[in-house]
Amino acid sequence: MSTTAAPPAPAPLLRAHVPAPRRVTPARLARVRPLVAALSVLAVAALWETYKWLGPEQGWSLGGTRLLPRTTDLAMPHTWHMVARLFEPVSGATGADVLWLAVLRAGASSFGVALVGWTIGVLVGALLAVAMQRVTLVERAVLPLVVLSQTVPLIALAPLVRSWGARLEVGALEWQPWMSVAVIASYLAFFPVAVGMLRGLQAPDTIHVELMRAYGAGWGATLVRLRLPAAVPHLLPALRLAAANAVVGTVVAEVATGLPGGLGRMILEFANFAASDPPKPWAPIFGAVLLGLVAAGLVALLGRALRRFRRVEVAP
Amino acid sequence: MSAVQEQPASPPTPHPRGAVAVAVQQVSRVFGGRGGDVVALQDVDLTVAAGEFVSLIGPSGCGKSTLLRLVADLDEPTAGTVRVFGRSAREARLARDYGIAFQQAGLLPWRTVRANVELPLALAGTGRAGRRERADELLALVGLADVADRHPDQLSGGMQQRVAIARALAESPSLLLMDEPFGALDEMTREHLQAQLLRICAETRAAVVFVTHSIPEAVFLSDRVVVMSARPGRVRQVVPVTLDRSGATTPGSEPHDDAGDDLRNDAAFFTSVAAVRDALHGGGAAGRGVDVR
Repeated sequence: MSTTAAPPAPAPLLRAHVPAPRRVTPARLARVRPLVAALSVLAVAALWETYKWLGPEQGWSLGGTRLLPRTTDLAMPHTWHMVARLFEPVSGATGADVLWLAVLRAGASSFGVALVGWTIGVLVGALLAVAMQRVTLVERAVLPLVVLSQTVPLIALAPLVRSWGARLEVGALEWQPWMSVAVIASYLAFFPVAVGMLRGLQAPDTIHVELMRAYGAGWGATLVRLRLPAAVPHLLPALRLAAANAVVGTVVAEVATGLPGGLGRMILEFANFAASDPPKPWAPIFGAVLLGLVAAGLVALLGRALRRFRRVEVAP
Repeated sequence: MSAVQEQPASPPTPHPRGAVAVAVQQVSRVFGGRGGDVVALQDVDLTVAAGEFVSLIGPSGCGKSTLLRLVADLDEPTAGTVRVFGRSAREARLARDYGIAFQQAGLLPWRTVRANVELPLALAGTGRAGRRERADELLALVGLADVADRHPDQLSGGMQQRVAIARALAESPSLLLMDEPFGALDEMTREHLQAQLLRICAETRAAVVFVTHSIPEAVFLSDRVVVMSARPGRVRQVVPVTLDRSGATTPGSEPHDDAGDDLRNDAAFFTSVAAVRDALHGGGAAGRGVDVR
């Protein structure tokens, strides 16, 4: 069907010398991307300032429901005030850190916890997916539970995990409060991995599965040589979702369990300054955004490392 | 070597093995479905000698692919026995007695051409150096040594199919199972690959079970053509083909297509094509397993 372009010569058909269809080259993309990213940040800032300038001072309400936000300096500080605030000390106390440094510290703390949560979530999700692929009965039994698990509100879960953890004591290992946060983060992270990886493991074509069977390959060999490599294109978006979930889970769980040191707690504390120092609460929010970007970037790096598994077969 | 060989099919050299490659006895395969059972195969008998090239041909739905899948142990018969080199089909599969190729090349996209050919060897536990040597040897055999480090998506359909054939030959199987391997290719590539397959079979001395729906292809390649009929799938007739393929199968010299073209223009070729066509379109002289439909 699609081979009409094949040359009529009986000699080896070296279509491979023809270069692949032109796409945007990775090098070019790498040059343009930072520019686009910077522009989009500026665009958001411009939108913010435009509304602040044009919007009604007290917002706009309809029957008691506020549909447009207030534009006072209290509700919407100028973007440049938010940025400038980052370079001032956290508080008036002598020897207080500069704000951006405090945010970065809190971000690093949250990042560590999120990374642990992500790793646990990915491992658990992958194991669940493999088990579901191996035994159809497990898939039927577990998959609905996996979906159901995500309907439990995080806020309800956090105190439970915390109190269970506090009762745990395995040998010399004592349960640390940050572990509860990591567990909650992993609870959010495992879900996309379990679902995405299951789809990936089931992705190989019948012909490939039958070929492995014809080679006398058992389930394990088929998993390693065929199913896992074939799962990579499905797994990468799942890992990205898991990273985002782990970050959100960490920040929310820090708030819910009251874990000090991280961005979640900082958001909570700085919210008290909304009236006296309006740009200040925005700092940890920027920190959370940065954290999400770093997490997504790391998964993108992982995707680059695995890019040979993202090749697709071209049918003859 | 026993004194079994009296086949006129390949006069110059007798087959090295006297064994029977495939023995199918009274095999039936019924697929249970919602709209009742479908009889894909009924009471099929087939014997393929070692080194023999046998084609299965028939209308779609005649169960020729099903028969091949039973031999490969990718499916199990409802009744009857399938034996491959004296063992059950399952044992033969686990012992990697056969190589297999389908209509789609089925190459793993993330592996290079060489790594694809190495796959069956890796699964069999062959060492790295041995795998590489064998893969390069096979790629040279199918004329693809220069693309060994490319990926499948960089190859044409014909080249992909040749890689699949090299892969099927990886463990030097004494039996090759091929399910319309050239079905998706254009005519020129197809004839070229047929000539190459003949040469490879002459060199490796493997028995071949070859499913096709092309009469000239079956005649060109086969020692015997098994003509099947549909609903229920049965062997209607077995047409022996006697062509002098010595020209087309001489190893060594480069393009074999000329010899293949000579063969295709041979009078015996046309006679056999006519015989197979007769058998396909009802009746046939030696009415075996006469079909009433």
